[in-house]
Amino acid sequence: MRMNTSETDLALAAAGGDAAAFSALLSLCYDGLFRLSFRLTGSQHEAEDLTQDICASLPAKLTAFRGDAQFTTWLYRIAVNAAHDRRRRTASLMKAAEGWGDWEQHRQAAIAEDAALVGWLTTAMASMPEDLRDTLALVLDDMTHREAAAVLGVSEGTISWRISEAKKHLRILRRTEDQT
Amino acid sequence: MTDDLKDLKLALKAATPDPDPSTRAAHLALARKSFSDLQGSRDGMRPTSNRPNRGFWTGALSMLNTFPSRTALTAATAIVAFGFVVLHYSDLGRSNFPSRDTPAQQDIQQEEASFADLSRTPRPKSRAESRELDGAAPLGTSTANFGLRSEERATGITSRLVEGAVSDSDAASPTGIRKLAEPVAPPLALDREEFANADPGQLLITSETPVSTFSIDVDTASYAVIRSSLMSGHLPSPDAVRIEEMINYFRYDYPAPDEAPFRPTVSVEATPWNPDTNLVHIGIQGALPEVEDRAPLNLVFLIDTSGSMKQPNKLPLLKQSFRLMLGQLRPGDQVSIVTYAGSAGQVLPPTNASDRSVILNALEQLDAGGSTAGQAGLQQAYATAAAMAEDGEVSRVILATDGDFNVGVSDPDALKSYIANKRDSGTYLSVVGFGRGNLQDATMQALAQNGNGQAAYIDTLAEAQKVLVDQLTGALFPIANDVKIQVEFNPAQIAEYRLIGYETRALRREDFNNDAVDAGDIGAGHSVTALYEITPVGSPAQLSAPLRYQAEATGHGREELGFLALRYKAPGAATSQVIEMPITPDIGPRSDAGFATAIAGFGQLLRGSDYLTNWTFDDAIALASRTKGEDPFGYRAEAIQLMRLAASLSEN
Repeated sequence: MRMNTSETDLALAAAGGDAAAFSALLSLCYDGLFRLSFRLTGSQHEAEDLTQDICASLPAKLTAFRGDAQFTTWLYRIAVNAAHDRRRRTASLMKAAEGWGDWEQHRQAAIAEDAALVGWLTTAMASMPEDLRDTLALVLDDMTHREAAAVLGVSEGTISWRISEAKKHLRILRRTEDQT
Repeated sequence: MTDDLKDLKLALKAATPDPDPSTRAAHLALARKSFSDLQGSRDGMRPTSNRPNRGFWTGALSMLNTFPSRTALTAATAIVAFGFVVLHYSDLGRSNFPSRDTPAQQDIQQEEASFADLSRTPRPKSRAESRELDGAAPLGTSTANFGLRSEERATGITSRLVEGAVSDSDAASPTGIRKLAEPVAPPLALDREEFANADPGQLLITSETPVSTFSIDVDTASYAVIRSSLMSGHLPSPDAVRIEEMINYFRYDYPAPDEAPFRPTVSVEATPWNPDTNLVHIGIQGALPEVEDRAPLNLVFLIDTSGSMKQPNKLPLLKQSFRLMLGQLRPGDQVSIVTYAGSAGQVLPPTNASDRSVILNALEQLDAGGSTAGQAGLQQAYATAAAMAEDGEVSRVILATDGDFNVGVSDPDALKSYIANKRDSGTYLSVVGFGRGNLQDATMQALAQNGNGQAAYIDTLAEAQKVLVDQLTGALFPIANDVKIQVEFNPAQIAEYRLIGYETRALRREDFNNDAVDAGDIGAGHSVTALYEITPVGSPAQLSAPLRYQAEATGHGREELGFLALRYKAPGAATSQVIEMPITPDIGPRSDAGFATAIAGFGQLLRGSDYLTNWTFDDAIALASRTKGEDPFGYRAEAIQLMRLAASLSEN
């Protein structure tokens, strides 16, 4: 997770049209990006879709990259935004899906089944409000509060507050779980 | 960190999978392709790498150069000095690379410096320009700037700098960081249109690939989309251009068939854009059965009434279009209307076409609102069609939409196979597109191709007249299913060939004789045209060097250019029949072929084809004007008008 000098340099070269630099850059960053995508979405399938979306749109976005921020910070910001868009789409999809035929119900059932496999982790992550969840996804990936703050565009204090909120949330979750 | 959080962290660590290697490779390939596509669309690569060398010193210098005020200068120097000390320390144990991993203030300053530049330039035109601005303003000019003390720049930058410096301790100036974190998005087009297309047809070498196989296509949607783009003042996206659909938009005077459901006509003529090649025209004219004798029709209008259909060129145009169409129906025909938006519903139960007022009333009461639930609507429409069907009748679902059919359907393949199943049960599907900005052309194509139907796009009432009134019989009565064309070229005569258009309709060679493979249908009175550009052996236009060792062509027909085979099924039949004919050099040109050639050239110009050498829009206009012929409804005149528009637009 350490910000890497060469990544930012590669990104600048890629933004200038250097295909080899772009290729090298993405190979370097892909694993980290995928890990984050998984943490943001909570399923391998969703994470792959999200990573694919990001990979496809990255070259166009990269033309606007000026090296003002660390490349990974910038990239993770894109990932978090893309995950938000995806969640919004899924939400409206679910709304539209109500009262649908068997076909859609089967699909939803399959999704639910997948989700049950990951168990407590997904329950815990999914039950969090969106901002807490994003914050946790970053901080639990060994990012410092400062780095996470840069990615999410909030202050470091906000990150600390969100972490303590998340802890509260987990305590409540644990308590209800213990009771049942 | 509490236990819960630790648990979560460990659980997350354990649960996070490694990326799947093949998915990873696919994603990387996708990104690389996307990257190179983007490069191609730029004005050209810069010859040398002038990637910014934004080390510590250049950043600091450019910042000093751009600060005009004394206060700012003092503040900046202080911070830079501080930053440098920190940098120095942090560099001790590290590589000699100028570290980017520096405390936030340096970034913030650079950020502020470059944003100050941005605020002076209304909009950075290109990376190169903006870098000139924020990178290395020559010292001379910047000295002059010190004297200028432009009021707004001084105050603006000072206040921002102070803000940056003050909030430095928590590294979180909300504005500063936000700017830093949010990439400046390139001005991307906001429309969500998707077009189905494949790479333009490649030149094939006859001795390597003598056989070319494809499915016919009677769609015309692409032409109407191109027209709508050009009319609104921009060139269509190359992916929106499907040349075969442009050519097939027009009627040509091919001789009518005698007994078979359709009749092929072949002609050979000189290629206008290359004096050393020839064009082979293959025209297919479908029979036009007596309209009076036609079987009763069961039509189910499946109408998208989602909120996006509100615009005047969507639902209102749709109502007018279907009103026109009603005039063509017979008393024995039945009409039903199903809408889909949020939830699907039957608005009009099956009603005799003679009850015009009832149908018109139901049509008028349609109102746009809600989101789209296409799958449910489609199921209901098919169920209605099945209930209406009787022996000897033709059932067809006509889907009218502005595109967003797929909301809620994450699996287009499932949808396709659903429609293909219904097709086999005897109900056809046609797709009529309305409006722009949201048009999922790819989805429409997939639906219509799998439903044995036609995809058309309606942008004006005149187009509705053409698609739903003039061609109603053709659109609604199939006379031959799964029509495939296979051409075998003779390597002794033809060195290279290339099929113009039909990229999305290519079939494998073995698919031709496989009756299970689906292909396009021909409706009553339809005509279909396909063009091959062929390079005779020994022509100077040959692009590939001839091989030294060649198998001698054996068997009969050494003089023939090639051999055309057509395979089709009678409607409802499971086995196919074949029509065959040789393409001989003495066939010669046909009078009406020129206009199709002009349209093919026009389409290739819009796609940016490499094969046209110096041929331009002006040549296309000249050829089309010369060969326009009789043009009773002005469709061809309109095409020439579009070419003129495209010529002007492409000069910008």
